[in-house]
Amino acid sequence: MSGARIEVIERNCKGCSICVEFCPKDVLEMDVFVVKVVRPEDCIKCMQCELLCPDFAIKVHDE
Amino acid sequence: MAKKSALVQGNQACAQGAIYAGCKFFGGYPITPSTEVAEEMSAMLPKVGGKFIQMEDEIGAIASVIGASLAGAKALTATSGPGFSLKQELIGYACIAEVPCVIINVMRGGPSTGMPTGPGQSDVMQARWGTHGDHAAIALVPQSIQEIFTETVRAFNLAEKYRMPVQVLFDEIVGHMRERIEYPEPGELEVIDREAPTAAPGEYKPYDASKGLVPPLAAFGAGHKFHVTGLNKAEDGFPTTKAELVAAEEVRQIQKVECEEARADIESNEEYMLEDADVVLWAYGSSARSARYAVNELRKEGIKAGLFRPITLWPFPVKRTAELAEQAKAIIVPEMNLGQMIYEVERVAQNKCIIDGVHRVDGDPLNPGQIMDKVKEVI
Amino acid sequence: MAYDYEKSIRPGKLPHIWCPGCGHGIVMKGLIRAMDACELDREKTTIVSGIGCASRLPGYLDACTLHTAHGRAAAFATGVKLTNPEMNVICCGGDGDGTAIGGNHFIHACRRNINITYVIMNNYIYGMTGGQFSPCTPTGMKASTTPYGNPDPTFDISKLAIGAGATFVARTTAAHPREIDKLITQGIKHKGMSVIEVLDDCPTSYGRRNKFRSVIDMMKRLKKDAVPAKAAAKMTPEQLEGKFLTGVLYHETDKPEYTEQYDALIKRVQEGA
Repeated sequence: MSGARIEVIERNCKGCSICVEFCPKDVLEMDVFVVKVVRPEDCIKCMQCELLCPDFAIKVHDE
Repeated sequence: MAKKSALVQGNQACAQGAIYAGCKFFGGYPITPSTEVAEEMSAMLPKVGGKFIQMEDEIGAIASVIGASLAGAKALTATSGPGFSLKQELIGYACIAEVPCVIINVMRGGPSTGMPTGPGQSDVMQARWGTHGDHAAIALVPQSIQEIFTETVRAFNLAEKYRMPVQVLFDEIVGHMRERIEYPEPGELEVIDREAPTAAPGEYKPYDASKGLVPPLAAFGAGHKFHVTGLNKAEDGFPTTKAELVAAEEVRQIQKVECEEARADIESNEEYMLEDADVVLWAYGSSARSARYAVNELRKEGIKAGLFRPITLWPFPVKRTAELAEQAKAIIVPEMNLGQMIYEVERVAQNKCIIDGVHRVDGDPLNPGQIMDKVKEVI
Repeated sequence: MAYDYEKSIRPGKLPHIWCPGCGHGIVMKGLIRAMDACELDREKTTIVSGIGCASRLPGYLDACTLHTAHGRAAAFATGVKLTNPEMNVICCGGDGDGTAIGGNHFIHACRRNINITYVIMNNYIYGMTGGQFSPCTPTGMKASTTPYGNPDPTFDISKLAIGAGATFVARTTAAHPREIDKLITQGIKHKGMSVIEVLDDCPTSYGRRNKFRSVIDMMKRLKKDAVPAKAAAKMTPEQLEGKFLTGVLYHETDKPEYTEQYDALIKRVQEGA
């Protein structure tokens, strides 16, 4: 499905990996210290990554 | 028309002076011998639409006062010895965050609980250096009930004008004594309100000193969104650790009180028979009343005594004290403590004359006889 | 979709100072959403904090913000609110700041039922000073000043607030972000003292001393041990062992609000005179 565009604001990301762990669809992965969007097409727009990101570093946009 | 007058207690006169000055908030905590200030404020404030709150402790009291001032109210707290100690950290907060407020300290002895119902003048150095860190201080020391009224008004004016905490120190004797006072008419005494910023919302910087050493202060809720912190900060109010900014801000906050122009405005002294004085009694508060009596008695005996009475104790009257040290053979400092202001007098006098003190900490006031004995001993 | 937090944050203030994985940022987002939900005019909103990691929160928000001294948020806030009852006043801070050094102000603000919303981030530790135990550090756990395990019993902040007289008390965790803004919104709308305790994680100072392998472990524990208050009513004490309740824990509407009481007093005095 999707239609989601996941934006990572790398400047704010501190690499805690909370978004990666709590994404139910494994859309995200860690790329050393910064999160990377690897399977955007699997995103179900549950918003968990955005809600749980403590660093204002990830946003899920409707496309 | 005769002025309105009344026989009132010093603590009551203090509260009445606060109301005259436009005080709209009192946050306090009961403590002897200052409690009547709170009692009087609790009765008067609602009448003028002001707010009184008895807080859970002394620290909460000064905290509420700073909060109220930031919300735009002229705010007051009153305390005594132990409570003054407890308030010290937040007096420093009001210094660094530059929040106008007035702190009344009706002094008793100490340290610790000491003698709660006895008079003392042992907080005068604490008023200067009680809070940690470098800072300026303003402390006023009235000696009579009338003067408590007018100095409380002046304390609010200085707090608003210089955007900082101002302390009024008087001792239990004047706090609890009753004297007749004449009330000034509204408008008779100057009442100063803090300068409001002219900056457009979004452009206001709470510590922008480009137009003077005292930046205008906005009230929370009046349209400016700004940040206040006890951390060292830049002109925009946000914390900084940049060495040059930190140092410059600290220096400015002292300069705003200690520059020549500010000193001339803040300092206030009374001089009595000093023109030809060989012996200067350097005394403040109720001790100055005994000293004045002693001057008259000593003159009758042919001793050229005079009185120098600082009404503003801090900033210290450096210039005049130094001049008197040149003029006189001796400066005697009577204090209801074991020697505090005498050290400042010694520092400024630079061995130009004899400096000696008269001390008393047994719960009784200094009497003129004690002071006269000391004068005769010294000369 | 993507939430616009940026309009509530002062320009240039991100990234914030909190450590990787620290839950305070999650709480700050929840607070922003709640303030938006309540349509709070930021010029008429004062956010007050004490000292500590959590107390750095107000500095990021575009509002009237007051970063006070350690423990004193509730007392400063009381002065602001009583002076200007029209002001929306929100306190935020940590467990040590709010319930140890600031405990007295906290309970008395609750007692007065003054219309302030206090968001207290309980991460069981003094983070900013490097991980000393707080009144909320569970007994037996490690902190930099409890190297042999914490001998102290703990405060239950929500129970403390209820006992002290707050009229809206709720608890959630940093792992329940949607509940954070839901409860803070209810707290802001509630007339009276509202306390929202958010159990939070401090991976740096608490987690690594107490055998949490990562912040993820800590977040999972928060999820696992949270029991909604409604569900708890049907559970046995054995089932509730080691758990904590979440959701609205107390809500009372009869107790008069403090600033209204004082305004009524002024009216009475002035009309009497």
